[in-house]
Amino acid sequence: MTFFMSHAPVLAIIIPLMGAPICALFRGKTAPWLFTLILSGIAFAYSIDLLIAVSANGPISYEIGGWAPPYGIEYVADPLSAFVMVIISGISTGVLLYAKDSIANEVPTSRLGFFFAAYLLALTGMMGITVTGDAFNIFVFLEITSLSSYVLIAMGARQDRRALTAAFQYLIIGTIGATFILIGVGLLYVMTGTLNIADIADKFDSISDTRPIRAAVGFLIVGIAIKLAMFPFHVWLPNAYSYAPNIVTAFFAGTATKVSVYLLIRFIYTVFGADFSFGTVYLTELLLPLGVIAALSMSVVAIFQDNLKRLLAFSSVAQLGYITIAIALATEAGLTAGILHIFNHAIVKTGLFLTVGAMFFATGTTSIKALAGVGQRMPMTSFGFVLGGLGLIGIPLTPGFISKWYLIQAVLERGDYIGYGLAIAILLSSIFAVIYIWRVVEILYFHPSPEGAKGSEAPLSLLIPCWIFILGSFYFGIETSFNVGFAEQAAQFLMGAR
Amino acid sequence: MFFDHFNYWIVVILMMIGLYTVMSRSNLVKKMIGLSLFQISVFLLYISMGKIEGGTAPIVSNAPDVIYSNPLPHVLILTAIVVGVATTALGLALIVRIKEAFGSVDEEEILSNEDNL
Repeated sequence: MTFFMSHAPVLAIIIPLMGAPICALFRGKTAPWLFTLILSGIAFAYSIDLLIAVSANGPISYEIGGWAPPYGIEYVADPLSAFVMVIISGISTGVLLYAKDSIANEVPTSRLGFFFAAYLLALTGMMGITVTGDAFNIFVFLEITSLSSYVLIAMGARQDRRALTAAFQYLIIGTIGATFILIGVGLLYVMTGTLNIADIADKFDSISDTRPIRAAVGFLIVGIAIKLAMFPFHVWLPNAYSYAPNIVTAFFAGTATKVSVYLLIRFIYTVFGADFSFGTVYLTELLLPLGVIAALSMSVVAIFQDNLKRLLAFSSVAQLGYITIAIALATEAGLTAGILHIFNHAIVKTGLFLTVGAMFFATGTTSIKALAGVGQRMPMTSFGFVLGGLGLIGIPLTPGFISKWYLIQAVLERGDYIGYGLAIAILLSSIFAVIYIWRVVEILYFHPSPEGAKGSEAPLSLLIPCWIFILGSFYFGIETSFNVGFAEQAAQFLMGAR
Repeated sequence: MFFDHFNYWIVVILMMIGLYTVMSRSNLVKKMIGLSLFQISVFLLYISMGKIEGGTAPIVSNAPDVIYSNPLPHVLILTAIVVGVATTALGLALIVRIKEAFGSVDEEEILSNEDNL
């Protein structure tokens, strides 16, 4: 077993990567799904092992092929990356538990092998971004994730042909974002002569006040912001999430943007260093307003959506606004709140999208009007949606409450009017969340079913994974030692690293 | 000034042409061309920065005091070129599917088709 443990950082990436082409060979409904589920589960097990090892013994460095950094490629599992890896592989495995019937309903059986191959590649890319310690490697994994996610989103075309245009729009915007990141990495390389993140960070202070570095910072921040769907760059996200197959939406809602958040934290705090990011280039002044606008305006836009998936997608952009605010605070408390919200939002939003997927499975629609009366026809699914919605709003005992509590404490720590203003903005945005969730709940429960409405309760194979996420979210809202503990550990590590 | 940094000026000009094409054209194929141009400008940026004045190809020779160009950016950009090819292929494949589904490759026509669903 020691071989498998000492190679854990790379095995968590290699196993899904190597599995993808094999998966493409499988035919039928069960084989590709089961294979993907097993590989994702293995990656999840390795991530948990890594997280335990990292929290006990500190960061783990792995040299690919035995070449020592800075010349070789280094994989680094530190408290932040191990925590994000657990989130990604955990969400992926949970979504896969649910996937079998849901995806067979939406994608032709002959394509399932390819579909799950793309899914494994997306998982590989996201895990790779978090664990790699090499700046160029980040770009490569980012493109693996992006290309496979364009494919996965376009697979929704059988349900709604607009999935194709959504995928194309995402391809254009996503490629521009990734290329900006590539330019930024190139400029960093020109100035430092190295691609190893720790090595760049070491040399960064001596060259930080040069024009290429400022340009690199600009390109990297904008590129990551596009991938993160930070407000004004969020246009691709609602389309992509609305038309993608349901399990793809659930998977990406929990992971894809979270990986970009991880990148933003990694570059701001580890590579540039907090002093440079917030003292020299004023990222607080740049990111705070964007976060506030996202949290407020996108919550309002969500109120007026007709499609349930689109509503939740806009709510995702708003929630990313909270995380942006938290990162921009440049304090340990803020960073803790941000990392905590990555976890909490991932579990709540994935649970919500899974319940919506179950409604789609039974009724064949996600239009809010057409879902009238689903509360009577599908009581378990609807109740799951209500509980998930409470988590999104941030009612006590839900994880949404925990992260908002930490976030509000962090903004009040500023002690000035901006801090009070931010706290009011966060509360206001939560009130908007009450409105858009209530609007759905009202239609689900208190409007009569349309004549001849089809659909009874979703099968157990969909219900059980939904409720794992919903009940899990309540578990992490009450017993917070896991998520808060690791978020605090990661924040301390990042603030102490420089 | 211009000729001192000739490569880099070309990079900037190509990049702007590419980005402008992506944003201004409504024909999806032209958008892909713009996107490729934009990516290619970045390839050129990487290749230019590996060049060292007076440097030769990085092949070990026994001659004394040889200056080698830096091969690493070239190797890196090979990877990025592959990624660019994959992106273009996928984008074009999507355009074919869009043409089948909407009967047009023009963004504005597609948008008006979408409304008629």
